[in-house]
Amino acid sequence: MLAYLIRRLINAVLTLIVVTFVTFCVFFLVPKATGSDPALLYVGKQADPAAIAGIREKFGFNDPVIVQYGKFLKGLVFGRDYVSGADITHCSAPCLGYSFKTSQEVWPLLIDALPVTVSLAIGAAVLWVLMGVSFGVISALRRGTIWDRSVMTVALAGVSLPIYFTGLLSLSIFVYWLGFPNPSFTPFFDNPWHWFTGLILPWITLAFLFAATYARLTRANMLETLGEDYIRTARAKGLRERAVIGKHGLRSGLTPLVTVFGLDLGALLGGAVLTEAVYNLRGLGYYALNGIRQSDLPVILGVTLFAATFIVIANLIVDLLYGVIDPRVRLG
Amino acid sequence: MSLGPEAPISDEIVAPTDDAAVERTAGEKAIAGRSLRQIAWRRLKKDRVAVGGGIVILVLIFIAIIAPLLIKLFGHPFDEYHNEKIDPTLGLPLGHLGGISKDYILGVEPVNGRDIFSRIVYGAQTTLTVAFLSAFLSTILGVLFGMTAGFVGGWVDSIVSRIMDFLLAFPQLLFSIALVSVLPPTSFGLGPRWSRVLVLVAVIGFFGWPYIGRIVRGQTLSLREREFVEASRSLGARSPRILFREMLPNLAAPILVYTTLIIPTNILTEAALSFLGVGIPPPYPSWGGMLSDALQFYRYDPMFMIIPGAMIFITVLAFNLFGDGLRDALDPKAH
Repeated sequence: MLAYLIRRLINAVLTLIVVTFVTFCVFFLVPKATGSDPALLYVGKQADPAAIAGIREKFGFNDPVIVQYGKFLKGLVFGRDYVSGADITHCSAPCLGYSFKTSQEVWPLLIDALPVTVSLAIGAAVLWVLMGVSFGVISALRRGTIWDRSVMTVALAGVSLPIYFTGLLSLSIFVYWLGFPNPSFTPFFDNPWHWFTGLILPWITLAFLFAATYARLTRANMLETLGEDYIRTARAKGLRERAVIGKHGLRSGLTPLVTVFGLDLGALLGGAVLTEAVYNLRGLGYYALNGIRQSDLPVILGVTLFAATFIVIANLIVDLLYGVIDPRVRLG
Repeated sequence: MSLGPEAPISDEIVAPTDDAAVERTAGEKAIAGRSLRQIAWRRLKKDRVAVGGGIVILVLIFIAIIAPLLIKLFGHPFDEYHNEKIDPTLGLPLGHLGGISKDYILGVEPVNGRDIFSRIVYGAQTTLTVAFLSAFLSTILGVLFGMTAGFVGGWVDSIVSRIMDFLLAFPQLLFSIALVSVLPPTSFGLGPRWSRVLVLVAVIGFFGWPYIGRIVRGQTLSLREREFVEASRSLGARSPRILFREMLPNLAAPILVYTTLIIPTNILTEAALSFLGVGIPPPYPSWGGMLSDALQFYRYDPMFMIIPGAMIFITVLAFNLFGDGLRDALDPKAH
């Protein structure tokens, strides 16, 4: 078990290194090919050549890509100093560099944005798991009835709707017509009620789309499980229906959902780009998009690293959980 | 999803009668042999929902192909401004429902009064081109790498599987946005519209192949151990023949189903990228781009938001319905 965990952790770190390196290369090589200079992004086009040269030296834009990447990694673990003559700026670990546009440190910026994205993702996740799984299970148990058909029709519509459309619809119906407050983020510890009311609309909209997928998956898995011989055996030995479904059916029927859930939540935590864009919430996705629009490499790199970290951690947790839920799986 | 080796997808071998239900004369005792393709086709034809989805898809493809003609007949050029259709003080279309009238069957855009109908029709062209070509690219890469990994095994398999895991653990949307935004607006001597279409096809197609690759690899792994492969090998067949003539036909059903089901995902991704401003560049129309324009106007002119949104919904739904039907028709185990 311990050996497995260590091997997985090394694997996760390797994945993160590759992800950041690929991102780094894309943003290093593409500006080079199109002939733009990152130093210019810092100081603006009007700056005098000496200032540009200073910036270039300070941030090491003259170094080859591998050296720059090495310095980036070192900064992430130990912090780093940006030196240009007498001008020294210290960036303590974990250092993701400075934004090209605002000259703010990237790490604190992203840490500030994190609660928004985490609140959005966790709240929506609770809703969509509750809705998706319960609707899916009931549909499977009442297969072919009018309930099953209508739930599956709504679910099919749900998987075909994009958040950037339902988000706008929800805004125009609830905020504009019915006068609900505009979605906004209030830190939970400042005022839990405002936190809740400000996020309820994004939660429901986001959860509806995911719940649709989960209801379809749950129904399919449950139907497959309920067709197994051991369910028949459980019924034959006189177990009550509740025990058959609750104890025997759900456990193996819902196991595949754990994988999907881990991946979805991990991806969402790394920046719900579309949801945050529609509702104008300043989470990781918002900063990522802003960074991309302004060619702000340090911000983009930072968010990519965060996003990849969440996905990798989610994967790891799912695999460990699998060993607990499904006794047939041996970790080794 | 496997159809089994004993059931070829092509019906060149067994097709004694066209229709098994046809009554035979007393002397005839032949029993109709139906190939799997025939069975699947019959099932698909009976599935009214899937047929409906298929018809919608065909209509959309037809619209995309004859787009210039349609616009000549019913619309106006997609980048032509019609200021006379706009209320000069509010910037909103004159008339009800976003300016829907006989001349402008889906109304006009706020502020500049461009014809929404022709923008929708041209949007269908770009959306479908991107979705189909990227699905095609994903399928080719997925089949190529998936079959190689499953068939060769060993270190090749571990490398390919590692790459697929890595790509699935990649923040794809973020990376696609970042990549598309740094690429130059024109390339390969194409205009801004088609060169961006090409970029979108490459990005979406590339990130899509692991989904198909994983399924193909799994199927190949189990097919490799089947008797018919052993029999073929003992008759002296070389690997290419076994791969393409023996195994590929058995993989055709799952490949077809997953290619169909990846298309709606691609449509949503393309629209998302255009919505975020890194898809098809203005003034060229795309459904996602229209929705992003509607962000400023949805309160005052809801039709401007509803029309492109509904088009995305209808198209994606049609592909999902058809794909589900196709899967049920090809998979005898389902239902």
